[in-house]
Amino acid sequence: MIGRHRHLLGLADLSREEIVEVLDLAVSMKEVLRRPIKKVPSLRGRSVVNLFFESSTRTRSSFEIAAKVLSADALNWTASASSVTKGETLIDTARNLEAMRPDVLVIRHSAGGAPRLVAEHVSCAVVSAGDGAHEHPSQGLLDCFTLREKLGTLQGKTVTIVGDVTHSRVARSDIHGMTRLGASVRLCGPPTMIPPGVEALGATVHHDLREAVKGAHAVVMLRIQHERIGDPLIPGTREYSKLWGLNARKAEEWLDEGCVILHPGPINRGVELAPEVADGPRSVILDQVENGVAVRMAILYLLAGGSAEETKA
Amino acid sequence: MNATDIDRAVRRLGAEIAERARAAGVERELAIVAIRRGGVHLGQRLRKALTQALGAEPPFGTLDIALYRDDLAEKGAAPVIGPTDVRFPVDGKTLVLVDDVLYTGRTVRAALDEIVDFGRPRRVWLAVLVDRGGHEIPIAADFVGARLDAAEGDDVQVRLVESGVSEDSVVVRRRGT
Repeated sequence: MIGRHRHLLGLADLSREEIVEVLDLAVSMKEVLRRPIKKVPSLRGRSVVNLFFESSTRTRSSFEIAAKVLSADALNWTASASSVTKGETLIDTARNLEAMRPDVLVIRHSAGGAPRLVAEHVSCAVVSAGDGAHEHPSQGLLDCFTLREKLGTLQGKTVTIVGDVTHSRVARSDIHGMTRLGASVRLCGPPTMIPPGVEALGATVHHDLREAVKGAHAVVMLRIQHERIGDPLIPGTREYSKLWGLNARKAEEWLDEGCVILHPGPINRGVELAPEVADGPRSVILDQVENGVAVRMAILYLLAGGSAEETKA
Repeated sequence: MNATDIDRAVRRLGAEIAERARAAGVERELAIVAIRRGGVHLGQRLRKALTQALGAEPPFGTLDIALYRDDLAEKGAAPVIGPTDVRFPVDGKTLVLVDDVLYTGRTVRAALDEIVDFGRPRRVWLAVLVDRGGHEIPIAADFVGARLDAAEGDDVQVRLVESGVSEDSVVVRRRGT
């Protein structure tokens, strides 16, 4: 990641070795998080600006904590409380924030490709915190990290991603990351929610949940976005839940022993995931959140550390 | 230094630390913290020597100081970061900080910063196998196996069998050779 890339815009850009570099570094970062004093001085004097055009709890606070544990200064900027409401454009906003000399800009935007556009116009490092239906690279990396931690390796493992793949940036980053690390990825969901041609990314498509999770080592349940419900893609939450949701009985009968369940959050309890499954022994959802901080520390360290002079030049 | 010199130096270091600990009455509060990676094997040898001398095995931890370096901006690429592993409470302990070579003192400075993030030890002693001179900050070792006069830019390497070499040695490569 360091050297070849100045930005983290998507896992499609990263090689297997670059992904492994981030995951290995995140192991050390996780150790720091478990210390009594959760602070190391490595990014002292650097600053990280979180530029969020969409709402977020986990990702934004995770990047903020990651920056603070590394002693960087973190500034949170939200669109609703800014000059964007007065009509300022994305690039103007980014350039103005850049003039305050941050080392890293973390951007979430509803339009796919927005972080890449910003990266072309600023000289600091840019990290995508999720853009449209494109990618959510830090989530992909933390999912890979969590699976590596729980399963030992992703090589030769099978991961099933269930839900609205078409609109999911998490799914896209997961597919890129997990296949690079040697896992086979199955996609499952209503036909209206699986983009045509997605097999080109190296995944297989299934429409029967039972079939799709058979023998899987991990299942990633995607969030059903409320704004999609009732539109032609799916008729209603009850039907979705019945066909594609995971409840305790299905989890018990259909999943292999040792199969873990991931969810990027926020969970729609009772829709894609029943509460007793989300809080059950297979769930690694809260591990994902903890690992997210460690992985984002590694990302910030690699992008803001070491090469800071280079990126400013 | 050859294997015999190193063996003698380690024994002497162990004996000196044990003696100092007895004099201070802290034999039971002693703990070893080795700086990765060079200090780890040496730290384990010292632990063995101290266990024999004091009749109790001191707790052992390792520090990776990469996140505490002061030269991040100067280095081309981010340094490799390994695990720090200190599983005992350091509060009130007498820590023996161990490294193979003392040079500029900056590694020790970083290690001290890291240690205080784990708690408040009663005191910290520094033990090194080789003090090669060239200190850039006011840091000195409490226990020194051997002093070497190396010039700036010389490369002083401590090679111990635990790291896969056939024989213990300390090698000085002069600059430009």
